[in-house]
Amino acid sequence: MSDFSRRKFLKISAATVTVASGAAALAKGQPAPAKMASRPAKGVQRIPTYCDICFWKCGAIASVRDGTLWKIEGNPDDPLSRGRLCPRGTGGIGAHFDPDRLKRPLIRKRERGHEEWAEVSWDEAFAYIARKMHAIRETYGPESVAMFAHGIGGNFLKHTLKAFGTPNFAAPSFAQCRGPRDVGFRLTFGEDVGSPERTDIKNAQCLVLIGSHLGENMHNSQVQEFADAVGNGATVIVADPRFSVAASKAKHYLPIKPGTDLALLLAWMHVLVEEGLYDKEYIAAHGFGFDQFAARIATCTPEWAYPETGIDPETIRTTAREMARHKPATLVHPGRHTAWYGNDAQRSRAIALLNALLGSWGHRGGFYAPSSMDVPGYPYPPYPKPAKGKVDNPDNRYPFAHEAISTGIREATITGAPYPVKAWFTYATNLIQALPNQAETIKAIQNLDLLVVVDVVPSEMAGWADVVLPEAVYLERFDDLNVELFREPFVALRQPVVDAPDDQKPNWWMAKKLAETLGLGHYYPWKDIEEYLDHRLTAARLSFADLKARGIIRGAPQPTVVEEGASLSFETPSGKIEFYSLQLEKAGFDPVPVYHRPDEPPPGSFRLLTGRSPVHTFSRTQTNRILSDMMDENEVWLNADMARRMDLKSGDYVCLKNQDGVVSNRVRVKATERIRPDCVYMVHGFGHTARGLRHAYLKGASDSQLVTRYATDPLMGGTGMNVNFVTIEPEATHG
Amino acid sequence: MARFGMVIDTVRCVGCMDCVVACKTENSVPEGFNRDWIAYDVTGKYPTPHMEIRSERCNHCDAPPCVSCCPTGASHVHDVGGVVLVDADKCIGCKGCVASCPYGARFIHPDGYADKCTFCIHRVEQGLLPACVSVCPTRCMHFGDLDDPNSEVSTLLASRNHHVLQPDAGTKPRIFYLT
Repeated sequence: MSDFSRRKFLKISAATVTVASGAAALAKGQPAPAKMASRPAKGVQRIPTYCDICFWKCGAIASVRDGTLWKIEGNPDDPLSRGRLCPRGTGGIGAHFDPDRLKRPLIRKRERGHEEWAEVSWDEAFAYIARKMHAIRETYGPESVAMFAHGIGGNFLKHTLKAFGTPNFAAPSFAQCRGPRDVGFRLTFGEDVGSPERTDIKNAQCLVLIGSHLGENMHNSQVQEFADAVGNGATVIVADPRFSVAASKAKHYLPIKPGTDLALLLAWMHVLVEEGLYDKEYIAAHGFGFDQFAARIATCTPEWAYPETGIDPETIRTTAREMARHKPATLVHPGRHTAWYGNDAQRSRAIALLNALLGSWGHRGGFYAPSSMDVPGYPYPPYPKPAKGKVDNPDNRYPFAHEAISTGIREATITGAPYPVKAWFTYATNLIQALPNQAETIKAIQNLDLLVVVDVVPSEMAGWADVVLPEAVYLERFDDLNVELFREPFVALRQPVVDAPDDQKPNWWMAKKLAETLGLGHYYPWKDIEEYLDHRLTAARLSFADLKARGIIRGAPQPTVVEEGASLSFETPSGKIEFYSLQLEKAGFDPVPVYHRPDEPPPGSFRLLTGRSPVHTFSRTQTNRILSDMMDENEVWLNADMARRMDLKSGDYVCLKNQDGVVSNRVRVKATERIRPDCVYMVHGFGHTARGLRHAYLKGASDSQLVTRYATDPLMGGTGMNVNFVTIEPEATHG
Repeated sequence: MARFGMVIDTVRCVGCMDCVVACKTENSVPEGFNRDWIAYDVTGKYPTPHMEIRSERCNHCDAPPCVSCCPTGASHVHDVGGVVLVDADKCIGCKGCVASCPYGARFIHPDGYADKCTFCIHRVEQGLLPACVSVCPTRCMHFGDLDDPNSEVSTLLASRNHHVLQPDAGTKPRIFYLT
């Protein structure tokens, strides 16, 4: 990435004579500077708000200079950002200036899949949606409306649709992302790690990362704490098929064979038990079923794990002993995007159990107990009770799914069972790129009578919509309060910094107007969101005026770890840490995780692995001109020896072809000593095919397009997506 | 007189590019250009490579070839902190300085003059840190007076191993990388 930006930097400097002058503004073709009518135009105003470039929601202060948005920095009062945003947050102003933004409501003119719309007024858009929704309710019932959302901005639209009478709400962040982890930890400790994760990284003396690429995966607080831990001399152990940024900081880098992490985890646990290195006192006090667990892993020796993982037994023993030496301040990081191979909840449970052996749950340098402010919700009228249950998980097929399964709603939309789904609303989630197997997503969409997409840019998902509702970006709107569980309690406000440049509207306004059009106006007793926010804050004995001025109000810190006086309790059936899980056994699953060998890539093929860049969020930031200047296409990482053998060098364009014959857009090779020879790696979110995303159109390759296969987690319905194999084809073969 | 320099801790740096983004917004650097960048320096073979990650920019050298080669005096050493700056009004865009810089730190701005890192002297003169230093989420960047033995930068250099880029170029760079 850096090599690339530097190359571009030099190339462009050499060709400046051809570049048009007058480009002093940040983005060519940017709209006229947006101004807040109510704010003075001269000088610099600093307005606190919180970020929305990812879901971390860092507190920020935006600067407006002479009426034009200038920059955005971390709010020093904010415990999440500690006064420093990540590069995406710092580049967030590019979202406001993005020339590719949606500007006005749109209604489809041609059949779905053709990006042809008519611009309509908001009233026309709401009337169209309401007409369709009434017809769906008449024929199928209100439950046949479903919503997919990502982020806090979906709260109000969700409220409207609950008032309409549907129970069907899902986020890809569960089944496609953190769900397996949350289930694995719940089964073990009775609680999951939440978001932001309750990881005490900064105090860890030993940090173990299994595929987690902190630093590339730019979750601000975690990366800051990672740097603190590294700076403090913590021992870092990284198991990853790729030599990640985190691996470059590690004392022990384990170049593990993809898909075999569970074998490594079991072998580590075997060493800790065999050598008596686990926290005996902690387990005697808090463990359930330890002896049965120990018996089940008795054969999982490092020698057994060696041929599976490729990690030699001595390294497994050395690293296990290192973890034990620092316990309980050894944090085996739970990861976040954990939908990999279909056995992911069990792998996550093994991570939880390894932490349990080390006594890290509840201790400093392990997992802390978070707290949040007590801010009551708005006292809305009760919602109608849906006549039908949720559609995504019929007969509790995935018994440990504690949230809705997005791909379950998709399946019901395709099959009509357990009942038909006829309308989808999506908020800030590009399902074409977020869900595996795009053909299934499109098949489901074609069964709909109504698809409404709320977004800020014309994403692939918007391309399939019947109605597109353009949202004001976070710098142009109020939003719901951020009252998150974290190290210390706080409440944060998002408030407008500049006006929306065109006819974009905030989500709360859309949700309220739609409710009124549907005859559900009484669900919105408040006049506008400021009245709503004031009501909630007053109920919490907090001042809205104060929060507007400061952006953040912090509460009194609570004890977070045993060392500070926090107590341990476990909301599992046994009330203890479940080394042996009777609830899993009863449901017909392995009570202690069992390793299953993954399929091998066919000869000549590579396993396709994906990850994150620190300068982009999913598939939603590629048209942000500031962030695209950091990285405007992804690369396919290929082991340098393999590249030489295939006569490929960095910068060459190739296409990837998966096991089902799907061929990607062209993508540049990164020939590197930083990856195993049996896999390739791409940053997710590129290779856009939506023509409206002019700046990102066909730049790089889309991993989502190549993920035609997925392995479903039998515990919770997660979709493991690292089960696809690709060959590398010359660019010319792609039409 | 102060002699400003930077000390960057490669142990903490994750190469997230926040320094690059912050420079861009603070200084309204036009699309397609950056005044700083990240270098990933990879040596060795998989599975035991070594990687040093560096945030790079103009080194504000003590012996700056860009200043000595400038025909108009546009490239000059500023009287505050010895920072190397370009006077855009005097610059004729001849690119001599671009070619002379061993670090590739300069480019020609679309408005026709040589442009590069200023150590955010407009901020420093107000008592603020350069934008890149002030935003860095890993707190790997330090800025201060190299001639003051008690400054943070001097203390770090006294206590940690460090190196500069291309020491043989004779430019006496003032950005130091801790290892």
